[in-house]
Amino acid sequence: MTGWFSARNIAIVALVAVLLLLPVYIELGGNRFLLSLFTRIVILALAAVSLNLILGYGGMMSFGHAAYLGIGGYAVGMLAKEGIVSGFVQWPVALGASALFALVIGALSLRTRGVYFIMITLAFAQMAYYVAGGIARYGGDDGLTVNQRSQFVPPVDLTNKVQFYYICVALLLASVFLVWRLINSRFGMVIQGARSNETRMRAIGFPTYRYKLTCFVIAGTMCGLAGALLANHTDFVSPSMMYWTRSGDLIIMVVLGGMGSLFGPVFGAMALLVFEEMLPFIIKVVATPLFGPTAARASEYWQILMGPLLLLVVLFARGGIDGLLRKLDRRERP
Amino acid sequence: MTLFIEQSLNGLQFGLLLFLLAAGLTLVFGIMDLVNLAHGSLYMLGAYFAATFAIWTGSFVLAAVLSLFATLLVGMLVEVIAMRRLYGRDHLDHVLATFGLILFFDESVRLIWGPEGMSLPLPAWLNRSVEILPGVQYSAYRLAIIVVTLSVAVSLYLLVMRTRIGMLIRAGASNREMVGALGVNIKLLYTLVFGLGAALAGLAGLMQAPILTVQIGMGENILILAFVITVIGGIGSIRGALVGALFVGFIDTMGRAFFPDLLRMVLSPTAASTAAPALSSMLIYLLMAIVLIAKPEGLFSTSQR
Repeated sequence: MTGWFSARNIAIVALVAVLLLLPVYIELGGNRFLLSLFTRIVILALAAVSLNLILGYGGMMSFGHAAYLGIGGYAVGMLAKEGIVSGFVQWPVALGASALFALVIGALSLRTRGVYFIMITLAFAQMAYYVAGGIARYGGDDGLTVNQRSQFVPPVDLTNKVQFYYICVALLLASVFLVWRLINSRFGMVIQGARSNETRMRAIGFPTYRYKLTCFVIAGTMCGLAGALLANHTDFVSPSMMYWTRSGDLIIMVVLGGMGSLFGPVFGAMALLVFEEMLPFIIKVVATPLFGPTAARASEYWQILMGPLLLLVVLFARGGIDGLLRKLDRRERP
Repeated sequence: MTLFIEQSLNGLQFGLLLFLLAAGLTLVFGIMDLVNLAHGSLYMLGAYFAATFAIWTGSFVLAAVLSLFATLLVGMLVEVIAMRRLYGRDHLDHVLATFGLILFFDESVRLIWGPEGMSLPLPAWLNRSVEILPGVQYSAYRLAIIVVTLSVAVSLYLLVMRTRIGMLIRAGASNREMVGALGVNIKLLYTLVFGLGAALAGLAGLMQAPILTVQIGMGENILILAFVITVIGGIGSIRGALVGALFVGFIDTMGRAFFPDLLRMVLSPTAASTAAPALSSMLIYLLMAIVLIAKPEGLFSTSQR
C-alpha cells in the first residue's frame, strides 16, 4: 500500500521536472552540451519505453529492437536524399516502414519462444544492418548525411534545438501515456496474461499469437518514431544505428530502469547515458592521485568497467532503479 | 567449373568452421541451458592468442596448440567466475550478463593488443596450393582446415556418444539434480563443458586468423551466423548444428560468389550491381525464415523445449 507521496512517485515527478526545466537551466548559463546529451537521452528513452512494452509487459525478449531505430532513421534519411523533406511524408513513412518490418519479423519470430526468439530477432535485426550497409546509393557502411531536417508547418522548426528537445520530450511523455493506457486496457491485460501463462490464456480462448503480434508491431512503430527523431537529432544515419550492440544497450536501459514499470526505461536510459558520459571522468578523478598522468589514458578504457558493472547489476539488482524505489517505499511503510 | 569447385570447397570450409562455433554454443545451451553471447569473444581471443604465440614461438603449430589451451583456460575461468552464478536464471539475465562480458573482452583486447588488429602469417608449407583434381588448384591451408574440422567433428561425436564423460554430459543435460545425486561432480563437469565450448570457439578463431585480419569485433559478426545455425539446426542438437552450419556456409559463400551473376540475368546490370550486395547478405536469413515457417523448433530439435 503506497500513497501518492511514495519515493517512486516523487522520483517520477522529479524526473519529469528535470526533463522539462533543462532548457531553462541551460539558458541560465548551464553547459550547452547538456541539451544535446538530453535530447539523445529522451530519444533513446522513447525507444526503451517501446521495448519495455514488449519486453517488460509482454515478456517478449526482442534482441533486435535497434532495427526500428535504423529503419525510422533511414526512412527520414533516404527521403531527404531524394528531395522529399516534408515531415508529413517522412514521419508516416518511417512509422509505416517500422510497422511493416515489425509485422513480418514478429509474424515469423513469434512462432517460437524463449531463446529462439532472442536469437531470431537478433538475426533479423542484423540482416537489416547488413542490408543497409549494402545499399551504395545511401552511403553503404559509411552512412548518409541528412542535409535538411524534416519540415513541418512554420511555427514548428526542428532546427531550433530547444524546440526540437521539447518535441522529443512531448513525444516521450505521450508514448509513456500510450503505454499506460495500453497496459491497463483489456488488450494489455491479455498481453500480461500471456507473459505469465500463455497456455492458460489460450485455454480460456484468447488467440495470444495475434495479441502478441499486435503488441510487437505497436512497439516497433513507436521505436521507428524514435529512429526518425534520432536521424533529425544527429543529422546522420548509418547502419551502426541498428548494430546489435545498440539493441543490447536498449535492453540494458529497460532492465536497469526496471522491467515492466512505466517510467523505468526513462530512468534507465538516463542512468546509462549519463553514466557513460561520466565514467571516463570518474576514472580520471579517482585514478589520477593513485597513478598520476597514466590515469588519463586509463579513462579511455572505461568500457572495461562497464561490462563487469552490468554483470553485477544482473546478479544483484534485478529490479533495477524502479525496484530500488519500491524497496524504499516498503521500508517507509512497514 | 573450376570456380564452382573452388567455391563449393570454400563453402564447405566455412561451414565446417561455423560448425565449431555453433557446436560449442549449442552444447553449452543444451546442457547448461545457458545463452552465451560471449561465445564470439572466445573466438576472437583464440585468434589473438594464436597471433601472439606465433610471434613468441615462431611456430604456427605450436601457437595453435598453445592458444587452444589458453582459450580452454579462459573459458573455464569465465565459467567459474561468472557463468556459474547464472545457471537456472532467466535467459534475459544470461543475455545481459554475457553482453557485459563482451564489452569487457573487447575493451581488454583493446587494452592489451591495441586497436590496430594483427595478422597471423602462414608457414610456407601451408601457404601454397595443391592440385586436388587435374587442373584444379586449391589452397592447402583451406584443405587443412577442412581436415581438422572434420576430425574435430568426428571426435566430438565420439566424445559425446561413446565415452564416459560424454555419457555424464548427456545425463547432466537431461537431469542435473539426478546426476549430482548419483555422486558426479556436476560443477566440474559444467566447467569442463564450458571450457570445451570455449576451446572449440578458440580453434575456429585461430584457424580463421590467417585468412582474415585479427581484429576487435571479429567474433560478433560470426556469432550472429552461429545463432542462425543453431536456430536452423535446433538448439541443443549437435547434428543440427552440423547440418545448419553446412547449409549456411554453402549458401553464404555461393551467394556471395554467384548471386550477383544470377541477378544480372534477371535485372538490368546497374540494378543488379546495386541490389546484389544487400540481397546476397540476406540469403541466409531468408533460409532461416523458411526453416522457421516449416519447422519453428529447428530441423533437429531436442524435443521438450
